[in-house]
Amino acid sequence: MSLAENVLQIIEQAAQEQGFGRVRTVVLEIGQLAAVEPEAMRFCFAAVMAGSIAEGAALEMVTAPGAGWCLQCAASVPLTEQPGACPRCGGFRVRVTGGAELRVKELLVE
Amino acid sequence: MCTTCGCNAGEVKLDGQTVHDHAGSDGRVYRHAHADAHDHSHPHPHGLLHLGRGETHAHAPGLSPARVVRIERDILARNNGHAAENRGLLQARGILGLNLVSSPGSGKTTLLVRTLRALPAHTPVAVIEGDQQTANDAERIRATGTPAIQINTGKGCHLDAQMVGQALQRLVLPEGGLLFIENVGNLVCPAAFDLGEAAKVVILSVTEGEDKPLKYPDMFRAARLLLLNKCDLLPHLDFDVALAIENALRINPELAIIRVSAVSGEGLDDWLGWLARERASLTARQNTSVIEAA
Ligand SMILES: Nc1nc2c(ncn2[C@@H]2O[C@H](COP(=O)(O)OP(=O)(O)O)[C@@H](O)[C@H]2O)c(=O)[nH]1
Ligand SMILES: [Mg+2]
Ligand SMILES: [Zn+2]
Ligand SMILES: [Zn+2]
Repeated sequence: MSLAENVLQIIEQAAQEQGFGRVRTVVLEIGQLAAVEPEAMRFCFAAVMAGSIAEGAALEMVTAPGAGWCLQCAASVPLTEQPGACPRCGGFRVRVTGGAELRVKELLVE
Repeated sequence: MCTTCGCNAGEVKLDGQTVHDHAGSDGRVYRHAHADAHDHSHPHPHGLLHLGRGETHAHAPGLSPARVVRIERDILARNNGHAAENRGLLQARGILGLNLVSSPGSGKTTLLVRTLRALPAHTPVAVIEGDQQTANDAERIRATGTPAIQINTGKGCHLDAQMVGQALQRLVLPEGGLLFIENVGNLVCPAAFDLGEAAKVVILSVTEGEDKPLKYPDMFRAARLLLLNKCDLLPHLDFDVALAIENALRINPELAIIRVSAVSGEGLDDWLGWLARERASLTARQNTSVIEAA
């Protein structure tokens, strides 16, 4: 199942649980380092939402910042890209600890 | 363009839509596509939702029936649920499941065939083959005498955990042995989809670029082992092995790396050794949990 289809499934389940009929806006949280290309998600989103309660809904993507643990510095450091150098020591022995999120965050519904 | 999971790098142009980033006051980056050009100021003082032009803000009571619903659900939760089931099943039967990923043509099937022929006799083993269209790979595997199931994903560019779960139901499970899952040739989407494997093994051939780990970091980060394949061709190429390894370790400092050739058999013993160690540690973990449970 595709990512956009999973998004729709989450929306439809929430609609049942919380009793709303239409979705105007969908907010996704996408980690800066997640394997998701926002443009590609947007493309799939429109196609998958067609004919559903979220047809025509606006898509907003919130980027969660990347973070890592530098093995060299033994410290948490911000990461903006993969591969990312440690901003403190410049080394590349950094393990990703944040920014891999892939979540439906909130909906504007009616 | 991957129209299936929306996780492939887009060659897609969004006609008429501008996409831009801007940092909000909370340090997050907001990304919108606007069907029509308009101005707005950021950060949005009313929370995450940016309602756009011409819409009533949801929190203005009485003005609109619209409301904001907080969801906070992982998009991959469903896949991860199926993956957990698969993992539980494999662990209960003492099976080491490996998810083999690479670009198309890196040599996954050839390497598998060679591996199956080289495994110690009577090793319980089975193969799940993923491919968009054909059943050729499963036939190549069955020719070695190993049971194999082909999953055709059609337009889908990756296996997901549900597909693998269905295949596992139809397979005679190799109790105490090995399950190889050959994923669809694609270094993007399979990184995000856990199948319930014990480890991902990424295959990179020396006919590809040394910078592949940098171009597909998610996959190299997700993998436990890199098999650098087609090393028999090195004398004919100016592929820089040290650079490729450096790039891979930059992405994933803990990645194990073995140079192999599915044609000459170079490195096969190291790879078989890795498999034997992984199987042994799986058994050790199992025994520990049996003792803990007792
Ligand atoms: N020279 C050489 N060719 C290989 C090697 N491994 C695979 N190939 C060739 O690469 C091509 C693609 O191999 P295949 O196993 O189908 O790749 P897959 O798409 O990853 O399953 C075939 O023509 C193989 O014969 C290798 O180690 N050395
Ligand atoms: Mg193949
Ligand atoms: Zn550092
Ligand atoms: Zn894809």
